[in-house]
Amino acid sequence: MPEPSVTSGSPLIRARSLTKRFGAFTAVDGVDFSVAKGESFGFLGPNGAGKTSTMRMIGCVSPVSDGELEVLGRDPRTDGPRIRARIGVVPQQDTLDTELTVRENLVIYGRYFGLSRAECGRRADELLDFAQLTERAKDQVEPLSGGMKRRLTIARALINEPDLLLLDEPTTGLDPQARHLLWDRLYRLKQRGVTLVLTTHYMDEAEQLCDRLVVMDHGRIVAEGSPRELIERYSTREVVEIRFEGERPETVALDGLGDRVEELPDRILVYTRDGDATAAGLAERSLPPHATLIRRSTLEDVFLHLTGRTLVD
Amino acid sequence: MDGVLQPLRAYEHWLAQYKRVWRGTIGTSLVNPLLYLAALGVGLGTIVDRSTNAPAGVPYLDFIAPGLLAAAAMQTATTESSWPVMGAIKWTRTYYAMTATPLTERDVLIGHQLFVVTRVLTSSAAYLLIVALFGAVNSWLGLLAIPVAVLLGTAFSMPMAAYAASRERDSSFPPIFRFVIVPMFLFSGTFFPVERMPLLFELLAYATPIWHGVELCRSLTLGTAELLPSLGHVAYLLAWTVGGLLVARRTYRRRLFR
Repeated sequence: MPEPSVTSGSPLIRARSLTKRFGAFTAVDGVDFSVAKGESFGFLGPNGAGKTSTMRMIGCVSPVSDGELEVLGRDPRTDGPRIRARIGVVPQQDTLDTELTVRENLVIYGRYFGLSRAECGRRADELLDFAQLTERAKDQVEPLSGGMKRRLTIARALINEPDLLLLDEPTTGLDPQARHLLWDRLYRLKQRGVTLVLTTHYMDEAEQLCDRLVVMDHGRIVAEGSPRELIERYSTREVVEIRFEGERPETVALDGLGDRVEELPDRILVYTRDGDATAAGLAERSLPPHATLIRRSTLEDVFLHLTGRTLVD
Repeated sequence: MDGVLQPLRAYEHWLAQYKRVWRGTIGTSLVNPLLYLAALGVGLGTIVDRSTNAPAGVPYLDFIAPGLLAAAAMQTATTESSWPVMGAIKWTRTYYAMTATPLTERDVLIGHQLFVVTRVLTSSAAYLLIVALFGAVNSWLGLLAIPVAVLLGTAFSMPMAAYAASRERDSSFPPIFRFVIVPMFLFSGTFFPVERMPLLFELLAYATPIWHGVELCRSLTLGTAELLPSLGHVAYLLAWTVGGLLVARRTYRRRLFR
């Protein structure tokens, strides 16, 4: 059977009305999206939004309940193993073999893809270098730090030189240094032309890594675009945060100062095109003592605007 | 070709892991049956052998040595398909690492079962060698007791793997050992002929795979095996193996690809 040609024009992933149901519960509720070759694509959303279910369907380990899905030009229903041969998966929970050494983890995993022992060894050494784990090659996995385990998981997912890398919350639970090192590695992969698909609920991660993203909530896609487009569409260029030093006054007359005002228990957010002008306008009004902070609008503002501030457990 | 090779790739994982822990498994798989053999076969045997009603008309050591071979195969195979299967799903998540690659639930299952077979095969062979040194193997046919022990092992490990893959907690396992495996160990012909039990228990014993394994192993090491009954035992053990495999494939699929 000839390899389906994944030409530059045709997307690597194409989903139409993609749906996942578990019994009566609908985890993914008819989503449409496509991911182009070389693109970094993100699923952003609160817990339970359906991100992981979508990723598992793309990874061909969860049957599609309804709708269409095509991955690397093939149908996951009939071609799961062939598709999985060409993708790399970084699952949310590590699946490393903690009793084996770092290098053994890579070699054994490479064998699952049918690579020869020699080839597995060669690639393992390269990937250890890439993941900055060469010094730990002979150590058991168990005592490694969270960041090292994550890097090893990513290295392992690359052993088959995949066309597509799926990362489900790649940096959740890592400290800032470990996250930045991981982002740096992922950025290098992106520059090499590896197509990345990731889920995250970190806005800074989405802004750092994603060319394009969709915001998911309750199993549906509620917005789609580049980080910049989403900020322009759903937020303003800048945000002025006002914090009162004492008790917050009952009512604050802010009308006309920005495009939109959001009142939170501890501060007030004014969404505006021009933060300085808004701050200047504020100074003219007689408000109780307060501090203002002018910042650029972030994806977080978009995210909270779209999915609400209610805590999702 | 991949259909044959892919389970072997999963099998490699279990072997790599076993290289680190094999010493610890010798105790349960080899030393335990040898202790039973010494205490009962040699110790209790001196009393039994004075009786005018000794089972099968052979020294008691020769009688229980093949029974313990079969019982150890059952124990090892069942244990290896209980906690390790659940662990590979819930604790180490090894199965999920495998299914993220071209491996399917079939490869994951068969690869793991090949490892169980390896465990039963090596411990049975080592045990039989020691028993032969005790002089309790009376026929070259006894060599065939090794593949029989393996088949008996799969007759237990396949259904156990099917069950383990459908469970949420490891508290599901102790009752299986307490109420199924241990009674089979004691009352299915390992230590005395089942004909000496009340009829109901005797009939129950015939239904257990372990009885067929014990009978077959014993007739081989004593050199009394006859073709037709032997084939019957093999067929019965094969039925449990294949039935277990088919159900396990379903429970694995349901668990790993949902």
